[in-house]
Amino acid sequence: MNLRRDVFQAIADPTRRAILLLVATQSMTAGAIAANFDTARPTVSKHLQILTECELLKQEQNGREILYHLNPDHMKEIADFIEPFRQLWEDRFNKLEAVMKNYKSKK
Amino acid sequence: MERKTKINALDGKQELTITREFDLPLDLLFTAYVEAEILEQWMGTKVLKLESKKHGSYQFETTDPKGNKHGFSGVIHELILNKRIIRTFEMEGTPFGVQLEIYDFEQLTADTSKLSMHVIYESVTLRDRILQLPFAQGINMAHNRIQDILYKLNNRS
Repeated sequence: MNLRRDVFQAIADPTRRAILLLVATQSMTAGAIAANFDTARPTVSKHLQILTECELLKQEQNGREILYHLNPDHMKEIADFIEPFRQLWEDRFNKLEAVMKNYKSKK
Repeated sequence: MERKTKINALDGKQELTITREFDLPLDLLFTAYVEAEILEQWMGTKVLKLESKKHGSYQFETTDPKGNKHGFSGVIHELILNKRIIRTFEMEGTPFGVQLEIYDFEQLTADTSKLSMHVIYESVTLRDRILQLPFAQGINMAHNRIQDILYKLNNRS
């Protein structure tokens, strides 16, 4: 169940969003992706790992190379649609709780 | 981060449930729903009218960052102190229809309570569209940021 939240954490990072954009049009190797960033290669690898774990990226074996490409199916899942809706209510209820705790202490 | 708020929206149904446990005594949780000035604070809306009683009605109004006003309203079918509220809810001037909301308030311990909301929409399609509203807004924002990043990347090379 934590997977859903992680998807939105994954796209909250600017580098990871840029990676998603890069592979949106073509499959790329980790090296080719890393070449687009100033950050160290292991950092890019870490981002790729997170995106793959969240199933936003898919790995595909092509001879000796591993290509990364977008996993469009994942965003279509109803669960993903619900998460921002849930978050909206979570924020609202957190506020309610905070307001009432403050109200209680004033009484 | 704890996942306190649970949404249960089964595929193909025109209803959903929202449940949440609060670190608040039952009467305080209930008060948050019936006192206009408190509701204003946590809902971030202006309360034009709130008659917290059976056959009462309510009207809220929010102003978006562009200054546009949005109205929300409904009627209260039942209100049992510290137990239950049944009301209708409508976003005025939108194609989302009217929804029926059943709120059940429950005491867990002396200091904790639980709210269960059962919301019924006019159709499956309307329910799904309302569920997707915050998603669409989020994606739109993320998309704008992606465009900014892409623009910077393009200009760097």
